[in-house]
Amino acid sequence: MIPASFDYEVAESPAHAIALLAEHGEDAKLLAGGHSLLPMMKVRLAQPAVLVDIARVTELSGIRLEGDEVVIGATTRHAEVAGSSLLRSEAPILAYAAAQVGDPQIRHRGTIGGSLAHADPSADLPMTLLALGGSVEISGPSGVRAVGVDDFFVGPFESALQPDELLTAVRVPRGGSVRWGYQKFVRRANDWAIVGVAVYDGRVALASMGGTPLRASATEQALRSGASIEEAAALAADGASPGYDFHADADYRAHLARVLTRRALEGKTG
Amino acid sequence: MEIKLTVNGVTHSDEVEPRLLLVHYLRETLGLRAANIGCDTTSCGACTVLLDGESVKSCTVLAVQAAGRSVATAEGLVAADGTMSVVQQAFRENHGLQCGFCTPGMVMASTSLLAENPHPSEQEVREGLEGNFCRCTGYHNIVRSVLAAADKLSGPSASAGPASEGSASTDEAEVLA
Repeated sequence: MIPASFDYEVAESPAHAIALLAEHGEDAKLLAGGHSLLPMMKVRLAQPAVLVDIARVTELSGIRLEGDEVVIGATTRHAEVAGSSLLRSEAPILAYAAAQVGDPQIRHRGTIGGSLAHADPSADLPMTLLALGGSVEISGPSGVRAVGVDDFFVGPFESALQPDELLTAVRVPRGGSVRWGYQKFVRRANDWAIVGVAVYDGRVALASMGGTPLRASATEQALRSGASIEEAAALAADGASPGYDFHADADYRAHLARVLTRRALEGKTG
Repeated sequence: MEIKLTVNGVTHSDEVEPRLLLVHYLRETLGLRAANIGCDTTSCGACTVLLDGESVKSCTVLAVQAAGRSVATAEGLVAADGTMSVVQQAFRENHGLQCGFCTPGMVMASTSLLAENPHPSEQEVREGLEGNFCRCTGYHNIVRSVLAAADKLSGPSASAGPASEGSASTDEAEVLA
């Protein structure tokens, strides 16, 4: 399958990328690893007229400490997030989640910023960031802004990112000793979660339980009120509106959410 | 647009359309047919090549994205005298293939895996090949091949390049005789 024709521009800096987006308007898309965008272009679900390649902008990549946060550049690849000793000690759930994305080849190409901008409600990193409770740094023609993760995912494959904006970095809290858990239920290797659960410091985020990754608010509230893990996990699907496909219907997904939330709250990974 | 890149150690300059996929560039422009097109949806791994030493699925990389970089295909693992790499030989000796369609991708993914993790456990090999499908073997002999290659590549600094002269190919000749 071959994508529709497009023009290809290489950005040399974040400012250059934003200028190219301004020049080409809504027909332009940013390209980093291309592991969400290129598959969509190959089946013509996306037909941008211009691709702006930001993968060669070195300042958009890398992982560093800044105060009580870890800052991860947008084009940092999943393999680098998964293998980062800094993240393994300061935000181990993020390193773990990055290692669950796709397969090794995909992790060699896909980037954290690309995954978040793609905003797939069944993907690993959107759910994990929602559990971590960090923020997303965005640059655009009118300057720099930060969007908290609770406001970032606004619909299926839709984020707060505007077409003329560039996601530059992700900020997550330092928390090497915070209790966390992660559960991803799949039937096939190299697949998206039928249901996923990420738990971090009392925040519980679900994947594939609605149009966006979402917080299990009833579970979180119960935990704050002193409920047991079993009692809190039983509320995991409350308020969620899971869809159905050939893997699972909505009832089965709700059941999975309850079971997987219990395991994640117990600190289990898998 | 014009791209310049290194493939199997040879520098190439070509005029390509931006939408040209790396796998098509390798197969059709350069005539390197080891990387196969299987699912064409980033799943099966038959098109796996190395980009700057790391395994990638060349059906999901644009040729223009590889500009200025180094690509290796299964053809490039073979030494000038025809000696196969340790990984390639291990697949042959351990019956790590049947129809052979997935094999170039398996070999490239395994080469990348062993460069990152020279001493993988069986479980790590299975997880490391998660992105490569084989519809013939049931994977057991493929896993065995990678573990055998890991054993043969001595020391933590060993690369997964062509085998040292004589050693493994002589063993194989005896087995085959």
